Amino acid sequence: MGSYVLKRLGTSLVVILGVTFVSFALLHIISPSPGRTVLGLEASPEAVAAFNTENGYDRPFLLQYGSYLWKLLHFDLGYSYKLNQSVVDLFGQNAGRTAVLVSVSLIIALFIAVPLGIAQAVKRNSIMDYTVTTVAFTTYAMPSFFLGMVLIEVFSLRLGIFPAQASQSTSPWVVFTDPVSMALPVLSLVAITVALYSRYQRSAALDELVADYVRVGRAKGLTMNQVVRRHVVRNALLPLISLIGMTLPLVLAGNLVIEQVFNYPGLGLLFYKSLESQDYPVLLAYALVTGVLTVIGNFAADVALTFADPRIKLR
Amino acid sequence: MIVEDNAMPASTPENSLPEPAPATRPEAPPAAALLPKPDPRSPGGWRGVAHSFAESKLGLIGAAILLLAVGFCYLGPLFYRTDQLSVDVLNSFLPPGGGYPLGTDDQGFDVLGRIMLGGQASLEIGLLAALIATVIGTLYGAIAGLAGGVLDSVMMRIVDILMSVPFLFIVLIVATRFSSTVLSLSLVLGLFAWLMPARLVRGEVLVLRTREFVIAVKGMGGSRWRTISRHLVPNALGVIVVNVTFQVADAILAVATLGFLGFGLYFPQTDWGGQLSGGVSHLLDGYWWLIYPVAICLIGVVMALNFVGDALRDAVDVRLRRR
Repeated sequence: MGSYVLKRLGTSLVVILGVTFVSFALLHIISPSPGRTVLGLEASPEAVAAFNTENGYDRPFLLQYGSYLWKLLHFDLGYSYKLNQSVVDLFGQNAGRTAVLVSVSLIIALFIAVPLGIAQAVKRNSIMDYTVTTVAFTTYAMPSFFLGMVLIEVFSLRLGIFPAQASQSTSPWVVFTDPVSMALPVLSLVAITVALYSRYQRSAALDELVADYVRVGRAKGLTMNQVVRRHVVRNALLPLISLIGMTLPLVLAGNLVIEQVFNYPGLGLLFYKSLESQDYPVLLAYALVTGVLTVIGNFAADVALTFADPRIKLR
Repeated sequence: MIVEDNAMPASTPENSLPEPAPATRPEAPPAAALLPKPDPRSPGGWRGVAHSFAESKLGLIGAAILLLAVGFCYLGPLFYRTDQLSVDVLNSFLPPGGGYPLGTDDQGFDVLGRIMLGGQASLEIGLLAALIATVIGTLYGAIAGLAGGVLDSVMMRIVDILMSVPFLFIVLIVATRFSSTVLSLSLVLGLFAWLMPARLVRGEVLVLRTREFVIAVKGMGGSRWRTISRHLVPNALGVIVVNVTFQVADAILAVATLGFLGFGLYFPQTDWGGQLSGGVSHLLDGYWWLIYPVAICLIGVVMALNFVGDALRDAVDVRLRRR
């Protein structure tokens, strides 16, 4: 067990290193001279050259990458020239809000999607199953910004129950305790996630329902309900563990759009604004943070799965 | 899913082959007669896939919607001619009616004609991006799966890395530097969407490479390229084709998101996503005809692609089980 976790940790570190390299190289290709971007089109070539020299942007690519890594090791994510603030500070201010939105939505979505998917599988081809499948397919086929806009139209413009703009508070705790203004962003993210997970949960449960232990359970006199609750649920939950790890990037991407739709000042909105102002250090940091979260998610899911399912062989 | 079976009893109404008369049975039947008789109507291979696909209602509905959408977008402009090039500000935001079945948009373009035009771009980007991604992913996955060992590990770690870099980050960064045309958007999306097919195909190849016919090719001195192109890819084709449908759907949605974030096609070019995001900015004005007709088209086509993909996956699964 220990050696498996260590090995898995090693590959995760390699992947994280690769993420830093790819994002850094991509930005380097797109914007080889940050001085021009920072100082603007009006700046003289001498000033741009001086800026690049001063900040080391005229050095060879690998040297720049090396010093970027060195800074990363000291938790220095760079400096936002547009917002005149260190990126670590910026992320410190915004990450909490994104964390609240994403984690609350993810937890609610799991509590809906898991029972829903299992119920669909048990009552396969019933009216309930067809209805849920149709709704899930429709939600899944909607661009997330459109979903958010529809919710705004219905709940905010027509019914006037929830505000169209998310909470603007800087404190994650205030955001967390303000369900009215967070209802629509959370609802959007929950809908996207449930549409994704309930389909997988349904097919995972379907696979389990034909397993031998279900027949054994029925043969020894358990009702179908008991078999499902005692045995099927546990087994059908296993694929979901790796699914959560795998779909974390999708949820974060959905979060980016949702933050933009509801003007919620989290990491997604910060990323989008930095994209508009070509604030590359912030973009780089966003890619890194999201990448690391993805890798951690996959790692945690793999390790959790080996603990939860003793049938999985450790290598 | 109903699995057609050759060993079905001859008395069932589905199988009307005449039973061999027992009285005339020779004492030692020839070896060929002992083999199961091939039923001429028995679905096998790709015909079988088509057969079980036809059993899925949702799949058929999806295929019908897709045909309808293609006809609407490509044949529609031949019968319903509109001017989609010159701006007509005096006639902007007209509600449906009076020569404009679906009204006009902020530039005075006829919305119905615009949806046809936008649909062409959406479908083309989706298909082209999916094809690029599938070709790259298939070859990459096949090579990695066949090579095995260190090369396989390195290649798959590269996939892991690229999968961990957020997709929107890559696409948006690249999109800020390139003008958005149908071709460039397809390239950008396709060049970063091949990771999933690569993983799928590698997994498939890992299973296939231990099968006898691959070992036989090796034994007969067939080259690696021949093994990949003639034997592995055709056998993994089911999984690949299923993935294409999902890829097309994802690419159409991704372009829509790009349009919303301001990196869609350039005016006066348009796609459904761009039209939809333009429409929702008039949500407060109550111009519903700018939002819902195009939304129905976009969602309908993406749903149809998912239906077709799901039905195909089930159909291919049946084929795999029979093999």
